[in-house]
Amino acid sequence: MIIKDDLKYSNEHEWVKVTGNKAYIGITDYAQNALGDIVFVELPEVGTEISAGDAFGVVESVKAASDIYSPVSGTITKVNEELIDSPEIINEDPYGAWIIEIELTDPSELDELMDDKEYEDFCLKEG
Amino acid sequence: MRDNPLIFELSVPGRVGHSLSECDVPSKCIEDLIPDEYLRKDLPKLPEVSEVDAVRHFIGLSRLNHGVDNGFYPLGSCTMKYNPKINEDVAALEGFSSVHPYQPEETVQGCLELLYKTGEFLSEITGMAKMSLQPAAGAHGELTGLMIIKAYHAYKGETGRKKIIVPDSAHGTNPASAAFAGFEVIQIKSNEKGGVDLEDLKSVMGNDVAGLMLTNPNTLGLFDEHIKEIADIVHNAGGLLYYDGANANAILGIARPGDMGFDIVHLNLHKTFSTPHGGGGPGAGPIGVVEKLVPFLPYPIVELKDGKYYLNYDLPLSIGRVKSFYGNFSVIVKTYAYILSMGSEGLRKVSENAVLNANYVMNKLKEYYELPFDQKCMHEFVLSAQKQKEAGVSAIDIAKRLLDYGIHPPTVYFPLIVKEALMIEPTETESKETLDEFIDIMISIAKEAESNPDTIKSAPHNTPVTRLDEVKAARNLILRYDFRL
Repeated sequence: MIIKDDLKYSNEHEWVKVTGNKAYIGITDYAQNALGDIVFVELPEVGTEISAGDAFGVVESVKAASDIYSPVSGTITKVNEELIDSPEIINEDPYGAWIIEIELTDPSELDELMDDKEYEDFCLKEG
Repeated sequence: MRDNPLIFELSVPGRVGHSLSECDVPSKCIEDLIPDEYLRKDLPKLPEVSEVDAVRHFIGLSRLNHGVDNGFYPLGSCTMKYNPKINEDVAALEGFSSVHPYQPEETVQGCLELLYKTGEFLSEITGMAKMSLQPAAGAHGELTGLMIIKAYHAYKGETGRKKIIVPDSAHGTNPASAAFAGFEVIQIKSNEKGGVDLEDLKSVMGNDVAGLMLTNPNTLGLFDEHIKEIADIVHNAGGLLYYDGANANAILGIARPGDMGFDIVHLNLHKTFSTPHGGGGPGAGPIGVVEKLVPFLPYPIVELKDGKYYLNYDLPLSIGRVKSFYGNFSVIVKTYAYILSMGSEGLRKVSENAVLNANYVMNKLKEYYELPFDQKCMHEFVLSAQKQKEAGVSAIDIAKRLLDYGIHPPTVYFPLIVKEALMIEPTETESKETLDEFIDIMISIAKEAESNPDTIKSAPHNTPVTRLDEVKAARNLILRYDFRL
């Protein structure tokens, strides 16, 4: 299982990569492995305002469809349209295949998220 | 040509399967009878084959299939019990099969009586005041029930109740139906015993909640002992309690949703009441309600007055029709036949044996597979393939390996709260010999996972087609014949 040390993690297995007042959000290696081959990603519309904990999209694998939750609040500024035709890039490169870019309204929410060590422990507990 | 060509690929231009007798009335061109705008310009691209080609094609396909008439079918949550053939005999009776839904009521009194009595039987079985037999299947019943919940709260002026609560172990149809009915879905956690987490439920209840959808026994096959407390929490906050009847095969003649405090119930006749399930359906998902919700049921409802049955449309608060005519009538006929042939004692035995069979198989297998909720189960139970996963064998591989033995796999990867879930529901109609054979096969697969995991990972080996590329199938949807091929 790959966990990167420059990202923040949620207990719903999303990762957050912060650059300035913006952040990229995707799902972790643990999540893509648990889901299996991803066949469809439902993306939100650019401009949508979301609060931390809101579902903003869906990843569908051969096993199940799962909501993707935003670990942070803000306005969606970009969506990764490559996922529409190539959802498998989440399986191939979960930390490269960002799903949305969001402009943060409350950067202090990042402090609530896990770092790589905490997330590793969290995944071990999940089994 | 491929092994199993499509019927379009068998087509030869000009070949016919029948010859019509000569027309005995003067013929007219279709252009003289139907306005030009309604006439198609191109001929339909129908396959042109002889009768014997068509028969061989479809018989051939049917032989590739697996049904409960072929073998064991422990597909959890689906209650794939054997469908007694007497049901078919009764449904085929001319008085049921040759009537027309527009016939005057006085000429179909028998059919109306059957609908009325089936409704009465199902009300008695569930402890509800009245049923509607219209919904075409379980999820349709859910949607109908949710529309009634909405109509009831609106009638009371409580339009702020926009949330429906579902546990995290719920059937996927529950949140889907609630969302489709325009509600916001709130998910609550299960406790360590697999039941509803009461504290979590209390924390989300309020005057914005329309109701709670619950399956009891739940999707882990476990009966929630706190059902009375759950009902009180929901009712005290002004909400309604919806019973997902998918697991009703565990409770017939033993416990009634009405007595547990539920306000609305749906039943899956194609599960609990032995009518065909799956592609051979159609299904039926009648709903029952408590007295205060009866005015909101879909119309028409069959009523009895002065010894005559009639269709009552005079229900001003009704949510209206949810299905053309009166539901899937022949399915209801089969249910009626089943209830009468079982009788009330027989129905109780159905559930007793369904529960006994599940507990028997569970206890024999828990030594070989992880059993995350190790307690007495009801009609089904959920194993986890986590132990086998260590050797690289997943639940899906075990499911595929079972196909090699002529057994339909259990439900896999559901409920979502169990990792590598294998959800097994033997049903009451299987003999001890069949259960023992299944147990032996499951044990041998567990051993094979240690000794020869590759055989499982590449299964199935003995089926007409081997491991299908599910990813390709999902990503490149081709759902019809492409004539340009």
